[in-house]
Amino acid sequence: MPDAWSLYSNKVMDHFKNPRNVGEIENPDGVGHVGNPVCGDIMELYIKVKDGIIVDAKFKTFGCGAAIATSSMVTEIVKGKSLKEALKISNKTVAEALDGLPAIKMHCSVLAEEALKSAIEDYLSKTNKKGDSNKSERPS
Amino acid sequence: MQRIYLDHAATTPTHPEVVKAMLPFFSDTFGNPSSIYSYGQEAKGAVEEARTRVAELIGARSEEIVFTSGGTEADNFALKGIAYANEHKGNHIITTSIEHHAVLEACKSLEKTGFQITCLPVDEYGLVDPDDVRKAITNKTILVSVMHASNEVGTIEPVEEIGRIAREAGIYFHSDSVQTVGHIPVNVDKLKVDLLSISAHKLYGPKGVGALYVRKGTKLVPLMHGGEQEKRRRAGTENVPAIVGLGKAVELAGQDIGKEAERLTYLRDKLIEGLGERIDQTRLNGHPTKRLPNNVNVSIDFVEGESMLLNLDLEGVCASTGSACTSSSLEPSHVLLALGLPPEQAHGSLRFTLGRNNTQADVERVLEVLPGIVAKLRAMSPLLKGQK
Repeated sequence: MPDAWSLYSNKVMDHFKNPRNVGEIENPDGVGHVGNPVCGDIMELYIKVKDGIIVDAKFKTFGCGAAIATSSMVTEIVKGKSLKEALKISNKTVAEALDGLPAIKMHCSVLAEEALKSAIEDYLSKTNKKGDSNKSERPS
Repeated sequence: MQRIYLDHAATTPTHPEVVKAMLPFFSDTFGNPSSIYSYGQEAKGAVEEARTRVAELIGARSEEIVFTSGGTEADNFALKGIAYANEHKGNHIITTSIEHHAVLEACKSLEKTGFQITCLPVDEYGLVDPDDVRKAITNKTILVSVMHASNEVGTIEPVEEIGRIAREAGIYFHSDSVQTVGHIPVNVDKLKVDLLSISAHKLYGPKGVGALYVRKGTKLVPLMHGGEQEKRRRAGTENVPAIVGLGKAVELAGQDIGKEAERLTYLRDKLIEGLGERIDQTRLNGHPTKRLPNNVNVSIDFVEGESMLLNLDLEGVCASTGSACTSSSLEPSHVLLALGLPPEQAHGSLRFTLGRNNTQADVERVLEVLPGIVAKLRAMSPLLKGQK
């Protein structure tokens, strides 16, 4: 249905209507928490890491259609990726995978990128504290 | 899918009878009202008839009505027109924090040219305290501008009392009445206004036309310079079809204003009541009774407005939100913040504004689909944690 005059692409609407990976991971290896109530978008991203690979990712988001769609898309993209690869995922990667976002919604894709980075950083800081058993998983 | 339109505060469909009244003035009676031949004079007659109708609806004289391109121009004309015509008397203007952007931005523009603006606060219901107006008046005050009713939360302001205060102080009083004219009774003498803004497309007239009521003897500096139209108050060839449309819309509105207001108030309260019953942790924004007959504005905890709107749209329901996500600024509605709402509640607001074509079935449809939408969004909301 969405034509040239729709706010969002078909892909955004698909991820908005049927968001993938909604929820929390029990005992996650990393959690990213970004955004604030003032700007109206809050994202929480959970990851499970095994042998340096992100094996599962879930999210919870308070925000507009684009915020929900970018959260959904970033969790889809990141699953199965190594930490090194995951850190290369940019907001553009997410926006492009959704066939683009309206200009005023690009900040949502930035938030998705930041949520992922913050979850990975959380994981890395936890594993660092545990000792160097996971050292090999750290991206160089 | 049947579309249910519940955003009449944004705009209304042009009434078929209004369209019918406008049509002859495009290609048949197309003359310029300033021309002396009959084509022109017929058009002029139609414009003057529309002027009389607008004047009648608000208890004014026809020569006190100036046609404009809409509510925004009427507001700008009132504020800038009075400000520049009275610079010698003072540079202070009093308004409120919940005005429409057409008033607030006009004030900001005046601020840049040396005027001082006092923006009065409102209480939790969006009401302005007339006493605050009294206290804000200085010997430099030249204009008070307070809207008749809020386009966002529907609160009806104590305009009559504020008008009395302004008149006693000898200060001009303007009211943006875009949301009230044609919907609830408006009388310029009762409200004690000197200037009052009207927009056609909010009362089933066409877009691109409105009017400013200017009390006899009130001097304004025009925004538009050129020909002598509108008694030199607004240059430019009259938008004849649109003005005729405004006249017809005003005539139709006047016919059943009380009855329609009563019908909408009933539907409004059904919707408010139903939302409160079917969705927990909601609050009504605006005043419960001093309220436009067609306005429902609620905040729904833990969910964001645009995502609710998109889901409602998928169900065929058109509504509105005060969330920032629908605008390029990230700040939520200045009106909801002025009422004291925390940002997350302002982001979680929904506005339904009813109109002529809405029925009880429409209200029931909203009550049927919205709880599911809210449940779905709450299930993915990080704000809900630790709450039940």
